[in-house]
Amino acid sequence: MTSAAACSATDPWLAHSVTIDRVIPETPGVATYDFVFTDDNVGGRYSFLPGQFNMLYLPGVGEVAISISGNPADRSKLPHTIRVAGNVTQELARLGEGGSLGLRGPFGASWPLADCAGMDVVLVAGGIGLAPLRPAIYDLLANRDRYGRLTLLYGSRTPAGLLYTDEYEQWRARGLDIQTTVDRTTDHWKGNVGVVTTLLERLTLPRPENTALMTCGPEVMMWYTIQSARECGFRDDNLYVSLERNMNCAVGLCGHCQFGPEFICKDGPVFRYDRVTSILKVDDL
Amino acid sequence: MQDGTEIRRTEFLATDDLQTLLDELQSQGYRTVGPTIDQGAIIYDEIESVDDLPRGWTDRQEAGKYRLEERDDDAFFGYVVGPHSWKRFLFPAAVTVATAERTDQGWQMRTPDHDAPRYAFLGVRACELAAMRVQDRVFLEGAFVDPIYQQRRDRAFIVAVNCTQAAATCFCTSMNTGPRCNSGFDLALTEISGGFIIESGSDDGDDILERLPTQPAEDALLDQAESARQQAVDQITKKMDTDGIRDLLMQNLDHPRWDDVATRCLSCTNCTMVCPTCFCSSVSEVSDLTGDHVERQRQWDSCFNIDFSYMNGGVVRNGIRSRYRQWLTHKLATWHDQFDTSGCVGCGRCITWCPVEIDLTEEVAAIRQSTTDKAPERTDEDDAP
Amino acid sequence: MKSPVEQTLPEIGTKKRLAVFKFASCDGCQLSLLDCEDELLAVADAVEIAYFLEATSRIAPGPYDVALVEGSITTPYDAERIQEVRRQASYLVTIGACATSGGIQSLKNWADHEDFLRCVYARPDYISTLETSTAIADHVAVDFELRGCPINRYQLIDVLKSLIAGRRPRTPSHSVCLDCKRRATVCVEVAQGLPCLGPVTHTGCGAICPAYDRGCYGCFGPAAQPNCDSLVAQYLDTGSTHEDLIPLLHNFNADAPEFRDAGNQIRQSAGLSTTGGRP
Repeated sequence: MTSAAACSATDPWLAHSVTIDRVIPETPGVATYDFVFTDDNVGGRYSFLPGQFNMLYLPGVGEVAISISGNPADRSKLPHTIRVAGNVTQELARLGEGGSLGLRGPFGASWPLADCAGMDVVLVAGGIGLAPLRPAIYDLLANRDRYGRLTLLYGSRTPAGLLYTDEYEQWRARGLDIQTTVDRTTDHWKGNVGVVTTLLERLTLPRPENTALMTCGPEVMMWYTIQSARECGFRDDNLYVSLERNMNCAVGLCGHCQFGPEFICKDGPVFRYDRVTSILKVDDL
Repeated sequence: MQDGTEIRRTEFLATDDLQTLLDELQSQGYRTVGPTIDQGAIIYDEIESVDDLPRGWTDRQEAGKYRLEERDDDAFFGYVVGPHSWKRFLFPAAVTVATAERTDQGWQMRTPDHDAPRYAFLGVRACELAAMRVQDRVFLEGAFVDPIYQQRRDRAFIVAVNCTQAAATCFCTSMNTGPRCNSGFDLALTEISGGFIIESGSDDGDDILERLPTQPAEDALLDQAESARQQAVDQITKKMDTDGIRDLLMQNLDHPRWDDVATRCLSCTNCTMVCPTCFCSSVSEVSDLTGDHVERQRQWDSCFNIDFSYMNGGVVRNGIRSRYRQWLTHKLATWHDQFDTSGCVGCGRCITWCPVEIDLTEEVAAIRQSTTDKAPERTDEDDAP
Repeated sequence: MKSPVEQTLPEIGTKKRLAVFKFASCDGCQLSLLDCEDELLAVADAVEIAYFLEATSRIAPGPYDVALVEGSITTPYDAERIQEVRRQASYLVTIGACATSGGIQSLKNWADHEDFLRCVYARPDYISTLETSTAIADHVAVDFELRGCPINRYQLIDVLKSLIAGRRPRTPSHSVCLDCKRRATVCVEVAQGLPCLGPVTHTGCGAICPAYDRGCYGCFGPAAQPNCDSLVAQYLDTGSTHEDLIPLLHNFNADAPEFRDAGNQIRQSAGLSTTGGRP
């Protein structure tokens, strides 16, 4: 938890008023919404860590947990990449630029970037799962010299579903190896076809025991990614997953997002794999 | 608020003077809440005088069954625990946690100024004191604090009552929560013939005790109180073996007993609603016709509801098996991970108020039994397809 | 509902065309809409009421954005008419026990309807009726079901507000027990031994009956994933009889599958027909 949270520890239900500053269409059904705080003082206090999320609140409609997809070092923007899936996200899409809503956060545990200094880092994302990893990419590249090899393996159902393609060139130039793959190909696609774990299996890892892996995507994708990583020689304590459950209060008081002993909202969403190994295998937990 | 960890002063209060306790509390601005008979049960509600107490009544409880019965004496507190718990007053079943108002500058969100009543709870049992401490850990001792609970809890005055009898559903002795009230109260009563041994456990308790027409607690009276309390201990028959219970349950998440209980469990939420520690809730939107004024209402919710684990794309716990397992493993196992305590205080409410008589101690015992039996006896049922 | 609701939701921006259709029913659910009064004016403002005979004799032709359907299907004519309603409606909401599960009139599903005709009508040969009363969903695809006998008007307003805003309506699906506990009602089954359908009944009524010392009789139909078998077994074990339980289950929501099947099991064990003598 960052100490600079805009959400008060003693008044967790107080949402802050924000405005949609910009909507950037990303892929079909997915857009990035950039928010600004109505109150500059709140905005000035606000900071987040890569992997954390906010609760976006549309009065009368509901609230939804969305990972922050922006650059933690850039305090002028607070982007969230959102797929229209339910009533809240649908309403958000309708509001468009200038729309007003509430925001509580940031909440949850972040990607353990500081712990990865000196290591190689592999990021594995599926679909919209790249959004919570983008702040980590920005942070890794901003401190490029602290890390060894940096790799992003990114899978999507279709080529059109790949997020942030405009930025790949810049990321590559700054030292991130990016490999993409799709489940279903189209005529123009010249890249890889298949599940993202095959990219991991094909990867040459000079020192897998000293490589960290961070993954976000559908649970089943993360599960197979972890299994592949272990076969490739990764250590369990270097594997990190970002999990999702139904969040209501986001502060561990409502009970909704429990996953075995964990509250996804406050113990996660980012977990070291060995902490959740036993429960990831259990059906319907 | 009580912060006591020890009993400071012990006196005797005559039966006829019990009303002075209520009078004192009311004159200090407390709303007195205590046991009273309503709807065929001893419930907790606001009371004005000792006449509202269930004097001369008791409760007979077993799995799935609760009946009021007349006592052959006129004890005020000659019952055990009923369908209500004090969480109703500390963690209200429905409360507004925030409001939103549409203005020219966009939505303005506020949290209401909660001006909680100052409650004085009369008749809090040891297991219920333990339940309050469990909910304190949930609502007050994590990274975030629930302001509604906090204010109500801070303002509450607690008059505990030591049990002098037990129900067939009680197992506080297994959970180390009772029946003796040792701490966490302002005042504690033990009912004996002719009156009460009254103990104070806090400054506020001392202050009230000072104003009551008490008499010295002579040894004979103290002995009487001790044997009355011992009677409760002696009457407890139900047990739950808590040895290694966390690992026992978490290592048996695929145990066939979950399928078995799923055929009986109604997933009706009753156990979670009567439980004095269950804290799950949901916040929903309540807006006026214009949609410009919105209240965010928090209501008690339950892990037994399908919607409770709803996510985009489906329901996580989409069957009674997984929902019962969630409840029991949370209560008895993962609660330890989360809050460093069991979520169960042994009050037995979930057993009494289960419409189909499911007894969590039996469910745990069945799982334990199967893991300790080296060669479980095969039955014809095992061969069934 | 599993249908891809987003695709059938009315579009936002234009004034929605609302139609209210009646099939075999007492009109009580339509009246709930009229009872909304203040809210109704707001609804009337937000939609064009294109067809609502209970409220206005003005009939505008379809198609309609939202159709509220009250009542069950009991005649060959209605079986045809509901198909036309479905064709004309982008989003079809069934309202009330009749429309969602056949209603009290589905008790005829367990009797010989010819007998009924002879008893009631002087000239039964003038009457054209089906042997059964069935839910709308047995005939056409339904986009949303609003339960109750009668429906809860606040839920109705909520559903309409959602549809007007182009949102997917959602109503809770938990048991009546939760509502009893929220309002501090003591369980009538445990404390008084009354057979109560609350544990398997869908929320919506506000848990009225137990608050007046009587068991729930299931007027909102089955809750999500109800365990009727366990509840019935419990009641039979604790002194309830077939005569108590059959009318409890075969009641206002008699043809809701879970209540129908649970009641049929009791009927079978009591040697009673489960089909009204039909093959």
